[in-house]
Amino acid sequence: MALLEIRNVTRRFGSLVAVDRVSLAIEAGEFFTLLGPSGCGKTTLLRMIAGFDEPDEGELFLDGKPLAGIAPEKRPVHTVFQSYALFPHMTVAGNIAFPLEMAGRPREEIERRVRETLSLVHLEEKGEAYPHELSGGQKQRVALARGLVNKPRLLLLDEPLGALDAKLRVEMQVELINLQRDVGVTFVFVTHAQQEALALSHRIAVMSQGRVEQLDTPDRLYTAPASRFVADFIGKINLIEAEVAGNAHGHLMLRSAMGDLAADLPPDARPGARGALALRPELVRVAERLETLELRNRFAGHVKDLLYEGDVTLYTVEVEGGFVIEALLANASPGRARLFKVGDAVAVGWRHDAGVFIRG
Amino acid sequence: MRGCSSVDERREEREVGGAGGWTRWIVTGPPVAFLLAFFLVPALIVVAASFREPGEFGGLVPLAAGFANALSLEAYRFLLGDLVYAEIFAISFLVALATTVICIAAAYPLAWLIARSPRRRRDLLVLLVILPFASNFLVRIYAWIMLLGPANLLYTPFAVIVGMVYVHLPFMVLPLYTNLEKHDPALLEAAQDLGANAWTRFWRVTFPLSLPGIYSGSALVFIPVLGMFAVPELLGGTGDILIGNLIKEQFLDNRDWPLGSALSIGLTIAVLAFAALAAAGARRGLKGTEAVS
Repeated sequence: MALLEIRNVTRRFGSLVAVDRVSLAIEAGEFFTLLGPSGCGKTTLLRMIAGFDEPDEGELFLDGKPLAGIAPEKRPVHTVFQSYALFPHMTVAGNIAFPLEMAGRPREEIERRVRETLSLVHLEEKGEAYPHELSGGQKQRVALARGLVNKPRLLLLDEPLGALDAKLRVEMQVELINLQRDVGVTFVFVTHAQQEALALSHRIAVMSQGRVEQLDTPDRLYTAPASRFVADFIGKINLIEAEVAGNAHGHLMLRSAMGDLAADLPPDARPGARGALALRPELVRVAERLETLELRNRFAGHVKDLLYEGDVTLYTVEVEGGFVIEALLANASPGRARLFKVGDAVAVGWRHDAGVFIRG
Repeated sequence: MRGCSSVDERREEREVGGAGGWTRWIVTGPPVAFLLAFFLVPALIVVAASFREPGEFGGLVPLAAGFANALSLEAYRFLLGDLVYAEIFAISFLVALATTVICIAAAYPLAWLIARSPRRRRDLLVLLVILPFASNFLVRIYAWIMLLGPANLLYTPFAVIVGMVYVHLPFMVLPLYTNLEKHDPALLEAAQDLGANAWTRFWRVTFPLSLPGIYSGSALVFIPVLGMFAVPELLGGTGDILIGNLIKEQFLDNRDWPLGSALSIGLTIAVLAFAALAAAGARRGLKGTEAVS
């Protein structure tokens, strides 16, 4: 049985449908992420799990028991808020002790567990400090400690890394992964940052306009997006409009404005089906001359723009007919490191199994 | 962050002082002059008067009569020699304390309600709180005479407290509202999320965070009530003399200016001591709430 089951949940605000018939199941011990742009309904869903909001339709079950009508303070679910919401008039230790006091734990146990949790988040020295004396990363850790200390069945995290700078965010990501593994608490993480979701999660539900677009592992979401939205939202991608011209044993022949393309997936596409070929830039190869690319899909063009990022460079290559293909190349690779310049004549190509055909 | 703000401060200093020292005096000069002329000088006159002999028909014995005749410590000897004065001081403190406590109890729900109402309606509600100031103070006290008279409550300590609370309530509502309005609603959500019911949320989060508002409201109520003479004069009985009345009597009825001055100084010292105590308490209580206020 799933730890949390969301069954056909809908939530409306006036004429806006914030959450639209969402069903999903979260397993115990999982690091589960709700990913989507702002306004996609992920925070509304989170608030319904916490109990601050109730669904208009559908039900939520925790450990098989319905959550409807149970007040937030009665749910074994704690939240790490985006703004941390640390109590400014309490010390760090006071903040962490709060949920234990609410649960009526004996004093010795509270002291022991506050101490243990402080060391879990590496803040042993900060117990007597007040929140305003802490850095952003430290506040983040206190908020985590406060959410975890009373061992909730579920810990909800509402964009908890949003307020941190890029370097600190990466550090905290690693800490979050380790923390979740060590304490074994199920995490439901809400974010709009796809890189963060890919790095942290066991499974991700990509949401758009109140619906779950795709629920999958990070690896599957990245390599086999099920819709244009998911393909476009997660990572960089080339989307080439195409129509299935023929299907022989799962090998697709696609007809596009650029010319004919060979692709691999999906095996059940019928000739005449419309859609787009989704192609990750790192799977596109770039060469000086067309002949050196021994590939079915190859086009001559020139470098239109480039974005040098140190380890890699993102080339925007314009091919005949004005079509644009993005290619991501490592700047240092054994044997054939070669940097192109804007205006260089180049050829791009990709293997027939590099792209994914998305219907619709 | 800290580094940035100090740079800004320095730049500001340069801008203010940069045009020459005289610009600073244009801004600060008038208030300083006002305070010197109408606060410090009168206060010194009162101190000086307390060491003089009362004149036969009010006023003071002129210094021209010779220092031996014009100067004395009689007022202080009188003040410290009779327990009645200490008692009136004590009663006045009790009245001020009771008024403050009742004001806190009455103003808190009101301030909370205003802070919780939709933003558009808040200004209107605040206006309603201060609206009584638009009519004359004495007229409003006479209205209370008409209200309390038929109920046989006039000229009692109860009437004095009612009048004091009525007059000073807005001074408690406003600072409390200003404080409560700034509370981050996420804190209450966090408390609820972590297992606190409504009662606990109030006592563990809202109330401690509102202490700065309670402190400033209390100062705005307690100190004026101590010196207030009109309310006990009009609503109180013969036994309800407070320091304010006593001081007023010395100047207007008994024509003992030195004793009146000495009583004023006693009151000032008592208030300052109380304020210092409250400030020290507030500082301790405020630790950690700076982020809110």
